[in-house]
Amino acid sequence: MKARVIVTLKSAVLDPQGKAIEGALRSLGVAGVQSVRQGKVFDVELAGNDRTAAEGALKDACDKLLANTVIETYKVEFAE
Amino acid sequence: MKPAVILFPGSNREQDAVRALRLVAGAKPQVVWHAEHELPKGTDLVVLPGGFSYGDYLRCGAIAARANIMDAVRAHAARGGLVLGICNGFQILCEAGLLPGVLVRNARLRFVCREVLLRVERADTPFTKAYRKGELIRIPVAHGEGNFTASEANLARIEGDGRVAFRYARRDGQIDETDGPNGAINGIAGIYSEKFNVLGMMPHPENYIEPEIGPTDGRGLFESLAGALKAA
Repeated sequence: MKARVIVTLKSAVLDPQGKAIEGALRSLGVAGVQSVRQGKVFDVELAGNDRTAAEGALKDACDKLLANTVIETYKVEFAE
Repeated sequence: MKPAVILFPGSNREQDAVRALRLVAGAKPQVVWHAEHELPKGTDLVVLPGGFSYGDYLRCGAIAARANIMDAVRAHAARGGLVLGICNGFQILCEAGLLPGVLVRNARLRFVCREVLLRVERADTPFTKAYRKGELIRIPVAHGEGNFTASEANLARIEGDGRVAFRYARRDGQIDETDGPNGAINGIAGIYSEKFNVLGMMPHPENYIEPEIGPTDGRGLFESLAGALKAA
């Protein structure tokens, strides 16, 4: 089973990297960009087909390592 | 005094820490590999040195914080044992949950490598007895992610309990967060744990100990530790 974990900064946390990217896009003349926030994507392959177990394992992975929940939130998506 | 300096893949200031402990505190530190499960018998101070453990992959300090030895460090801290984390060591302590908050990218996105002025916030801890409260000391920093931040509740607790160890200060002793090297909230350069036995700080006191090299304002921290651990 394949899953994608998306880790992003909480909205209250400043993202200077996102701001710099936003500025660069503007200077490249890319139109209509209002704001950019940078995050991380993890593509994870899981053994077996038990969706509930996979959700549990990925939550565990995020809480233990993939995200720092002081500043980040995460979301899990499964490939259909 | 029996210090253990933990070595992670990518640590690079462990010998600086060893040298400071030797020269200033007169100790014989043991360097302990991160994959070990136990600290040397009788260890009374654990130092997590600066560097770039695991190349700062994922988040700085995140992977080192999950190393085998960290369970032993956690147990040592829970017993009241002293733990000092410098730079990457501070990041590791935050990631390991031994200190609250987190160190994020410097506000101006630049790696800063220079001397800063620190204000010593209290001189009654095992790490700072050799300083005076409010004293300004010159210590170098070298980091790209030293911008300390914490949840509002945690920050209120840290400030309320007087757990800020050092703040980035101006020459007149005032704190100006916009003027600091990294944008850290309230100018925080280092914090203590609840019981004041764990200290994490971004600046490098171990690099300002020898007059041949420059200022020696870092000696006070190691003198304090030597004094605290001799008395114990």
